[in-house]
Amino acid sequence: MKPHTLSILVENKAGVLSRVTGLFSRRGFNIESLAVGPCEEPDMSRITIVVIGDDAQVEQVMKQLNKLIDVIKVSDLTDSERVERELALIKVTAELGTSRAEIMQIASIFRASIVDVGAKTLILQVIGDTDKIDALEKLLRQYGIKEFVRTGTVGILRGSKTVTSGK
Amino acid sequence: MKTGAKILVESLQREGTEIIFGYPGGVVLPIYDELYDSSLRHILVRHEQAAAHAADGYARASGRVGVCLATSGPGACNLVTGIATAYMDSVPMVALTGQVPTNLLGNDAFQESDITGITMPITKHNYLVKSAGEVSRTVQEAFYIAGTGRPGPVLIDIPKDVSTGLSADVKLPEKVTLRGYNPTYKGHKRQMEKALQLLAQSERPLIYAGGGIIASNASPELMEFAMLASIPVTTTLMGIGCIPCHHPLNLGMLGMHGTEYANFAVTECDLMIAIGARFDDRVTGKIDTFAPHAKIIHIDIDPAEIGKNKRVDVPIVGDVKAVLRDLLSLMKKQGAHEAWRKKIKHWKQHHPLKCPTNGALHPQFIIRTLSDLVKEKAVIVSEVGQNQMWTAQHFCFHNPRTWITSGGLGTMGYGLPAAMGVHFARPDVPVFDIAGDGSIQMNIQEFGTLASNQIPVKVVILNNMYLGMVRQWQELFYDHRYSFTELPPVDFVKIANAYGIEGMRVESPDDVLPALQASLDCNGPFVMDFRIEREENVFPMVPAGAAINEMIGGHPPS
Ligand SMILES: Cc1cc2nc3c(=O)[nH]c(=O)nc-3n(C[C@H](O)[C@H](O)[C@H](O)COP(=O)(O)OP(=O)(O)OC[C@H]3O[C@@H](n4cnc5c(N)ncnc54)[C@H](O)[C@@H]3O)c2cc1C
Ligand SMILES: Cc1ncc(C[n+]2csc(CCOP(=O)(O)OP(=O)(O)O)c2C)c(N)n1
Repeated sequence: MKPHTLSILVENKAGVLSRVTGLFSRRGFNIESLAVGPCEEPDMSRITIVVIGDDAQVEQVMKQLNKLIDVIKVSDLTDSERVERELALIKVTAELGTSRAEIMQIASIFRASIVDVGAKTLILQVIGDTDKIDALEKLLRQYGIKEFVRTGTVGILRGSKTVTSGK
Repeated sequence: MKTGAKILVESLQREGTEIIFGYPGGVVLPIYDELYDSSLRHILVRHEQAAAHAADGYARASGRVGVCLATSGPGACNLVTGIATAYMDSVPMVALTGQVPTNLLGNDAFQESDITGITMPITKHNYLVKSAGEVSRTVQEAFYIAGTGRPGPVLIDIPKDVSTGLSADVKLPEKVTLRGYNPTYKGHKRQMEKALQLLAQSERPLIYAGGGIIASNASPELMEFAMLASIPVTTTLMGIGCIPCHHPLNLGMLGMHGTEYANFAVTECDLMIAIGARFDDRVTGKIDTFAPHAKIIHIDIDPAEIGKNKRVDVPIVGDVKAVLRDLLSLMKKQGAHEAWRKKIKHWKQHHPLKCPTNGALHPQFIIRTLSDLVKEKAVIVSEVGQNQMWTAQHFCFHNPRTWITSGGLGTMGYGLPAAMGVHFARPDVPVFDIAGDGSIQMNIQEFGTLASNQIPVKVVILNNMYLGMVRQWQELFYDHRYSFTELPPVDFVKIANAYGIEGMRVESPDDVLPALQASLDCNGPFVMDFRIEREENVFPMVPAGAAINEMIGGHPPS
């Protein structure tokens, strides 16, 4: 059992997301993270889903996804050289004084940017892979995280290989 | 300019639809008005579930796409069991539903239900049409998707204002192309060569033949393949009919209620060639002990079926007919596997299916009598339960598409409405529905459809006054505790008569043949109420979770 990152190219039509996610829940899979958005083709969307399972289970889910008429292509990026990123916004309690300086220091180590400065809070924006964001969250916990929002992972293959239509 | 309703009816005809089974209601009034003077035949059922099953029966018997129609809300919801039944058995069907007008969608309007949402997991695909201009294209795609690749039901939801809305004719492409849907028909050459290598090395090969052979109309190719290489064939419940029952290579059905010899052969074979079959748990029993000594070749059009339940050695994705043709062209006449066939012959002799004869009225005897009477000139439909298993075991099927049953979903109430649909596909032969007294009461209102259209379906009720199959499990595995499985006696002949249908009650073996003959002599529908041995069981039987050679109710080891 390990996380698999699936890149799914779909028709940009109403209801497609629920067809895809419905299939996961029906087959007993929990989606770890999900990201959807437009892509290089105007009438298609790309869904990136991270799911935990063994290879055989994930292969079965991919085959079932492929059966959906509106799914154009499914690829498992997990065993390929790839870039994966997610973005998180973290609202941390930061009273004036020492903690605020510490938090800003941590932020700079993680190359997170401060996107909002309030009287009692700071909002950090960080981009990275899942581990990096988890690590930052853990460090910031001691100061008090008031709110934590993160996007799903998006991924792309390195080099000239692509996940494009032509199923 | 034409209305969406008119475009719909024209589109159905363009796809070759001759008949639809349906039930009207508010939002489909524009469609019904179009049907009023159309040449498209419409059969009014008495419950929408029956419309779906009738379309399904029509499709299975003819190989063409069946069509049903219902109104929104309750009408659409009543189709659900029928759609799920077709989905599980890969039956090509187009279900049309009315929907509330587009401006009311999502408003909890009167008789609104989200039928595309509800049927997402039980359709191959579905559509909510948003304008009259989309109707013809949607119908064309729906038929294409339903009838190609691994067949299945497709639903089209049509809001009322789409039916009344206007559109000019839309030019349709000659052929549908969908970038997300490209079934593989031709097998991979290398894999086919590997398969033939395995076959050449095998001493005890076995073909496990499923419903995909029937769907692909590939019985002739299957027979040629089996005979050329002298490979015994066992069929699933859905594959019955792809090889004649009396053929020396045929081992009958395998699995939970399969023949002993088929299940022995599975356990001892060294090569299993699964063709259009999906390793269902009713077939495999305990999966680790299924074909434990065999290498497995799996031919299926759906890549998701390959390796789903059992690891296979040689996967071949493709259409059964095309793959078998290619295999035949690559293949030479093979060894006769004489020792293996001798062994199987011995099993067949010493472990035949049992047909009790002690003067009482036994269901097996009724089925065999019917089989001898009609021979290959009938289509047999069943309900679900013991009636279904006795028919699968004891009726001698000669041809594909002459055995119509709900296997995957096991839908009680399927048989009677499906038989109506079968009649319209095969008006040339009598159609029998073999029923239990429980199942027949799930859609008994269809006696009304039989009567008003004089659909000559012959209903054989094997009446044990029990939900027999469930009672059997209670007898065997729940210490005879018959919890809510006894049914009070019902006078089915009187019910039939009330609908204007002739009927007969039969209580002794001597009266079986005359009753069946009377049903054939009657031009219209006919209902027979056979009062059978109440606690007769279906044997042999593989208890749930056991290995398939661990059958109860068989013969002692020979
Ligand atoms: C009370 C009860 C008892 C039952 N007991 C038994 C039993 O003892 N034995 C038994 O066998 N069944 C039994 N069943 C039925 C069982 O539940 C399954 O429905 C059945 O075994 C499935 O048959 P199949 O494998 O042939 O698959 P089907 O459901 O017929 O599926 C067909 C397969 O073929 C493929 N296919 C379709 N078209 C093509 C094509 N053109 N080319 C290639 N492949 C294609 C599909 O992808 C699919 O994998 C029972 C059912 C009930 C209700
Ligand atoms: C719609 C539906 N409900 C429940 C079941 C569970 N079930 C399977 S067989 C059976 C009993 C069938 O009884 P009957 O139709 O009298 O046939 P018999 O087994 O006696 O031949 C039941 C309740 C089912 N298959 N379908």
